[in-house]
Amino acid sequence: MSNIPKELNYTKTHEWIRKDGDLLVVGITDHAQTMLGDLVYVELTGLESHVENGQECGVLESVKAAADIYSPVAGEVVEVNETVVENPQLINDDPYGRGWLLRIRPFDKDMPGLLSSDDYSKVVASEAH
Amino acid sequence: MGNQTPLYAAHCKANAKIVDFSGWNMPLHYGSQIQEHHQVRQQAGMFDVSHMGIVDLRGSEVTLYLRILLANNVDRLADGKALYTCMLNEEGGVIDDLIVYKINDDFYRLVINAGRRQKDIEWMHSQLASFDVELTERNDLAMLALQGPAVKSIIEKWLPDYAQALLALKPFTFAMVDDAFFARTGYTGEDGYEIMMPADKAESYWNRLLALGAAPCGLGARDTLRLEAGLNLYGSDMDEGISPLEANLAWTVALDPADRHFIGRSALEKLKQDGIKRRLVGLVLEGPGIMRNHAKVKIEGNGEGEVTSGGYSPTLEKSIGLARIPVDVGEQCLVEIRNKTVPAKIIKPPFVRHGKKMF
Repeated sequence: MSNIPKELNYTKTHEWIRKDGDLLVVGITDHAQTMLGDLVYVELTGLESHVENGQECGVLESVKAAADIYSPVAGEVVEVNETVVENPQLINDDPYGRGWLLRIRPFDKDMPGLLSSDDYSKVVASEAH
Repeated sequence: MGNQTPLYAAHCKANAKIVDFSGWNMPLHYGSQIQEHHQVRQQAGMFDVSHMGIVDLRGSEVTLYLRILLANNVDRLADGKALYTCMLNEEGGVIDDLIVYKINDDFYRLVINAGRRQKDIEWMHSQLASFDVELTERNDLAMLALQGPAVKSIIEKWLPDYAQALLALKPFTFAMVDDAFFARTGYTGEDGYEIMMPADKAESYWNRLLALGAAPCGLGARDTLRLEAGLNLYGSDMDEGISPLEANLAWTVALDPADRHFIGRSALEKLKQDGIKRRLVGLVLEGPGIMRNHAKVKIEGNGEGEVTSGGYSPTLEKSIGLARIPVDVGEQCLVEIRNKTVPAKIIKPPFVRHGKKMF
């Protein structure tokens, strides 16, 4: 079973979101990295770019496939994790830690549509069938 | 429910991620495909390749039959030698690529692709005509590929009584040891052996090799290793609609002697006469991203081509691929990746052999 920490929020497209003061940290879930296999290439949107909710904000390429990363909220990208761009394997090794991708300043305090860990567990379970 | 090889339980025990491959439940990797790749380049790895078909052909006319059936010429083979070849249709398209092992004048063994077993067997039967040849599928055998620079020392520890004979085998030769068949062949660009043994012994071989340090490797690493080695994959780089002359396999087609009328010969001769328009080349991506199968290749002022096998090279740490492009293209092209065009260098495969960059 994949690791789905209780304290995080999630999207149906397998991003996780951690609140960090006024900012949000975004990455991909353990389930997503397992499905993709060894990651070999990461491209992230530029600093200070404005992203819409659900907008593509990066690309992950694994030995098997490419996957888009979607912004979970509307906001401004204030930091990108350059370490994973240089070493994509960090996402496999530590998806909720050193494998984080973007730090975003949301435009709205209200962030509808994010999933709880329980909701996301159901998304993962339904994919298994 | 897919087919399982005799090693299925061993794969599960080794935490394999199992995927469907041509109707077989096969290991994709056992944790990290990239680590398995490096293990084969630097140490030793083993692959279960029991899903491949093993076909024995016996009879007084088997050499005559194979002279017609195969595009490469078994006449050149001494006993104990192996040959890589295509089996063509009348149009010169590749029905399958395979290795033929000559045991003696009346006994050959073929190893064919898993996904082509049924088609191949039907085709071979349909070409039997009145030849004195008996065709037997050896589903009672399993097959392991043991590959990498450390294989020699593993063989010495594993089979001290036979090590000298096995290590003396040259590439593309083989020997029978007890009830096993050791061929110095492979699909990785490293030294190694492909070993056929009775199915009920496969797991004990596997466990012994595991104990001697051979890492279990899945189909994922098998694919990146063969791509680095510039070896074609049936169904991606060639198929029934592509001739070997357009698949970088002209070297496997024996047009001499001129009176050997193998199946597909006249189509290949016509193709040569009319002029071959496409060829299979290697691409090394010079910008960001990963080339994938079917990506479009653009050549300035000279049409288009297609990536037939694209991916990531763990050894070179960049994207490489095989692509079919117009024949008279120079050294550079552009590959479409996610709506961008990225420059790539055109090379003659292989990319990597015996752990070293080759271009």
